[in-house]
Amino acid sequence: MSLTIESSAIIELFKMRAEAVSAQVQRVANKELALELLVRLLHQEGVEDKSDSRAVCAACPMIGKTERTKLENAVPGLKFEVTRDLAASAKVGISQFDWALANTGSVVQIADEVDKRLVSTLPPLHIALVSTAALLPDIPTLFALIDPSKFSYLSFVTGPSRTADIERVLTIGVHGPGRLIILFVDDLEVAA
Amino acid sequence: MKQEFKQSILDALANPNLTGALGNFSVAYRAGRAKAYEGIDFEALRDQIAEIKSSASSRFEELAEQFTRAAEARGTKVFRTGNPKAVKDYILRLAQERGVKTIVKSKSMATEEIHLNKYLEKAGIDVQETDLGEWIIQLAGQTPSHMVMPAIHMTKEEVTTVFNDKVEDGQTPDIPKLVKFARGKLRPMFLQADMGISGANIAVAETGSIAIVTNEGNARLVTTLPRIHVAVVGYEKLIEHFKDMAPILTALPKSATAQLLTSYVSIISGPVPNTDGTPKELHIILMDNRRNEMAHDPRFKQALQCIRCASCLNVCPVFRLVGGHVFGKVYTGGIGTILTAWFGALKESDEIQSLCIQCGNCKDVCPGKIDIPDLILELRRRLAVEQGQPMIQKAIFSVVNNRRLFHTMMRAASIGQIPFAKEGFIRHLPLFLSNMTENRSLPAIADVPFRDRIKKIKQPKCAEKAAFYGGCLIDFAYPDMGEAVVKVLNKAGIEVIFPEGQTCCGAPARYSGAYEVAAQNSADNIKALLAEDVKYVVSACPTCTVALKHDFIANLEAIGRTEELPAARRLAEKVVDFSTLASQLLDQGLLKFKAGIEPTKFTYHDSCHFKRTLHADQTPRNLMKQAGHELVEMDECDMCCGMGGSYTIKLPEISAPILERKLQNVEKTGAPLLLIDCPGCVMQIGGGLDKRHSKIKVEHTVQRLADMLE
Repeated sequence: MSLTIESSAIIELFKMRAEAVSAQVQRVANKELALELLVRLLHQEGVEDKSDSRAVCAACPMIGKTERTKLENAVPGLKFEVTRDLAASAKVGISQFDWALANTGSVVQIADEVDKRLVSTLPPLHIALVSTAALLPDIPTLFALIDPSKFSYLSFVTGPSRTADIERVLTIGVHGPGRLIILFVDDLEVAA
Repeated sequence: MKQEFKQSILDALANPNLTGALGNFSVAYRAGRAKAYEGIDFEALRDQIAEIKSSASSRFEELAEQFTRAAEARGTKVFRTGNPKAVKDYILRLAQERGVKTIVKSKSMATEEIHLNKYLEKAGIDVQETDLGEWIIQLAGQTPSHMVMPAIHMTKEEVTTVFNDKVEDGQTPDIPKLVKFARGKLRPMFLQADMGISGANIAVAETGSIAIVTNEGNARLVTTLPRIHVAVVGYEKLIEHFKDMAPILTALPKSATAQLLTSYVSIISGPVPNTDGTPKELHIILMDNRRNEMAHDPRFKQALQCIRCASCLNVCPVFRLVGGHVFGKVYTGGIGTILTAWFGALKESDEIQSLCIQCGNCKDVCPGKIDIPDLILELRRRLAVEQGQPMIQKAIFSVVNNRRLFHTMMRAASIGQIPFAKEGFIRHLPLFLSNMTENRSLPAIADVPFRDRIKKIKQPKCAEKAAFYGGCLIDFAYPDMGEAVVKVLNKAGIEVIFPEGQTCCGAPARYSGAYEVAAQNSADNIKALLAEDVKYVVSACPTCTVALKHDFIANLEAIGRTEELPAARRLAEKVVDFSTLASQLLDQGLLKFKAGIEPTKFTYHDSCHFKRTLHADQTPRNLMKQAGHELVEMDECDMCCGMGGSYTIKLPEISAPILERKLQNVEKTGAPLLLIDCPGCVMQIGGGLDKRHSKIKVEHTVQRLADMLE
């Protein structure tokens, strides 16, 4: 799908806000390019099939059986069977988010499945995939859209984990990841 | 004031790390907060929050019931109790029944409030705080000094020592390394813990949801890794609708840490699967602990609108000097004083409430729209009722209310004849005689008070009349300010009268919690000032103006003298501060600036009541600019000067460094002239500059204006 002028302005706002809180933002035109980029990123990070060097990916609607096989072949250290031990020792965690919010630079996910929280919290790098069409202006817009009776754990992620608890000095990466890469994919379906 | 409390203040002031860290933070916070709120209508936002929270506190039980039904329908276990002990027992029993050995906690003020950790540890359970700041103070055996930044009082060197002593030797004071060390040490604890305990920032009745707002990600782990999750939630976190979380989530991070949103917000509406596929056991404890009682108190109900952002701490001129520990063990700062009085006991707030200088900064920034200074005054009033008025105070007010006697005594004291020099008595007299002379020169007490001087002023025939309310400072110390008022108003064709029956404005009594005295002052002044039919009642002291315009009504209402309220309101309508009246008269063409005024640079200090109650802060600036003068704003122009009426006498240790910072900010502007609209601030800042032999001239706006008009 092609973006209107307004929607590219909203992407720019998202990018500005997310980068201001130390997230990296990338955007690709379609799923194929997204998967290529993902493979490149995982290679860059030195992901391989050794303890402490693996990547874990929670179930993502955009990664079906075929895509999964492709990724597993391209990146041997990438695991789709997430366990807490695997997530705790992994270098990279990958999950798909349901929405993004422009004015705070946040990504939002229904995270009832525990895997989604494990991969986005335990590894030092978290890659969040999100459909460009799921980019909304702000929290009130999101709240107007969702039905809270349909899920039990809603997660908002805005930049990497941070603290300023010692002398008010901002330090990135405490209990959660120290790096967050948000990858917008243009031709994806939006979650219902 | 007990010696112990005084000592805790002195200790805090003597700790350069504390005052340095808090001082720097307060500057960064002010700028950061302003930036975070850019493009947002803060007033509209906080109206919305106040409405949501106030509507919730009006029906706590109904919402708690609704919350319980909604949460239980999803499989959450909800326990509601009024009793802190029952909360602790519930958690302990649950832990014992489930064989829990270790617990990880994310930040929760409610559990601090009931001292949960100690209780569980006594029973042999290992409890780990996981918020970095909380972990540090837990290791150090301390209590939080700030509601959002619990370890802000510690330096990296102190943190290093704590880590070396309590965890593992070999750490160095390098903040990223210390943080990494904490991550490494706490990670296995998250993975091993059997139970996670969290608080909640919001609880939604219609869906049984809780929202947890954090930056570090520890709450995500606490609610994800252990098989049991217990959330302890105060009733004040309840709101009705899911969508009503939006304004709170919008304001909370901005007001708390100047962030647009924290790194993580988790909204949990029911149990989710654990990593082994079993369903999580989710317990939510709704704790009352006097919140319902508070909700039924017509004055203090407002305090339940608090969203625990701690912005009232961050803007407080006193907090940034003394930090949180002086306030007590749990809740700190302005709102903390109120919460301590309720969740602890009223008498626990006896000393800490006296820390409030009544500047009103916190009221301006509170996203829950709570009038914190007013509630602190109400605490003071209730304490005074409960404990009775001390004899010494009674004696003082009887002097203060007798204007002639008061002047005679002041005059005698100022020229060194102190026939009543009993130490205690002098120290309690408002305003003039303090032990602060190290930092501030005191004004001479006028030989002839303004009330007598005005009789000698020849005033022209005028069409209109204004009654002038002098107040003690202008009457006794700065009669020339009063003369300048007469001069200006005469030029506008207004005759000034000085009703003899006027007495103390009641502020000293009101701010001491002695409302009977304040109400009597109000009644006497109302009678005196309404005796003659005048167009305006003008004052050049903002504290007095606020008293005449607002507090008289409140004082009479507070003790049920309602039959006098119509007269109080009639008076209030006529009352105007000098600068506002002068500005109106200029606009009406009744006053005109002289030609050929030599332009000068000036800076302006905002007096607390003048800006935050009368909202007249731009008026004198504009008057001076209209006359061609150039304004050089100082840093923190609207930060209190440390005067605060008798605060200088009660807590000179705190007042002095507040003044010091103000003097530095004035001097930094390089302006040769400082204008102020309050004689109290003139006395404080002028006295401070004089003591340093500064060349900067300090004047009340009226003094400068008097010479600039045709």
